[in-house]
Amino acid sequence: MHPLAEKYLRKSALPQFFCQGCGDGTIVTALMRAIDDLGIIDQVAFASGIGCCAWIPVFVNADCIHAMHGRAIPVATGLKLTDPSRKVVVFAGDGDCMGIGGNHLIHAARRNIDMTVVMVNNAIYGMTGGQTAPTTPHHATTKTTPIGNAEFPFDACEVAKAAGATYVARWTTAHPAQITRALKEAINHKGFAFIEVLSQCPTQTGRLIYGSGDPVEAFNTIKNMAVTKAQAARMTPEELVGKVIVGKLHQVEGRAELCDEVQALMSQKGEGLSSDARLVS
Amino acid sequence: MITIDVDKAFCKGCNLCITVCPRDVLSVSRERGAAGFLVPEATKPEACTGCLMCELICPDFAIVVNGKQGRLQPQSEGR
Repeated sequence: MHPLAEKYLRKSALPQFFCQGCGDGTIVTALMRAIDDLGIIDQVAFASGIGCCAWIPVFVNADCIHAMHGRAIPVATGLKLTDPSRKVVVFAGDGDCMGIGGNHLIHAARRNIDMTVVMVNNAIYGMTGGQTAPTTPHHATTKTTPIGNAEFPFDACEVAKAAGATYVARWTTAHPAQITRALKEAINHKGFAFIEVLSQCPTQTGRLIYGSGDPVEAFNTIKNMAVTKAQAARMTPEELVGKVIVGKLHQVEGRAELCDEVQALMSQKGEGLSSDARLVS
Repeated sequence: MITIDVDKAFCKGCNLCITVCPRDVLSVSRERGAAGFLVPEATKPEACTGCLMCELICPDFAIVVNGKQGRLQPQSEGR
């Protein structure tokens, strides 16, 4: 196996059980490289929800809480507040993060809590067989919309930014080096960071929405959607149909962060608390 | 001299490495991996530039490009 896998993964869990050609495996590789470059294997702490991509951090031989569907973010919030020195990274699918977990996403962003949320977006509820999700394209055919999706999808990055996220980026699994770079920037960023990764799902999204379960076709579909801001500026509205803008979309430094705010208030107001009191004893 | 190893115990024959290679170094072989899929092989290793796109894209941690050790040097102590 790859030397990074030797170094960082739980051997008992290998070979990984994702479908042939699934983008989740690429994200594990990108994550390993980010952890290796930053040297944070002992500081990192993961939380994930339910779904195929929620297994991404479980493969890494590090502390990980595999929580309930949609609830990775509140669990991660508790984790971060008890030990702000941990680098907390959450992995959630599009159904997990924008559907059942949507409320938790907007509040974590509003709080600007210092953590990174990676939303792996295959535009469907994949693990359960291919049902329509809040990110499923308009008119897409899925198991629950065999005559076509009547709804329009969220732009998750816009939602996170509007709710108060101070770092927002979007890439696809066709951009693995950029995913690593975004992870490093997000982890180093002090505040709430949101990274959306469009990921090919040959088995559900590929077969149901795009008409092919071939991994290479599913990969190319995702890759061809991506345009940078600079490219999009030179394209006509007709050319932009079906395209998604990738890159670092938003970054603000210096905004008040939740753990710092709580710590400052406890230090000021707490009777008998020493200045280096932990948030939770 | 660059050599490319494919771990047949892990490779699921998804062909993404072949797809992303900018120099057509890899192609589908006639050998099957542990899971039964046809695995890739480096048919033109002399054309490899060491860009490592195959390593970056491989979902199964199954492909290693040897001869680019500078890129792979550990940055820190692992577990």
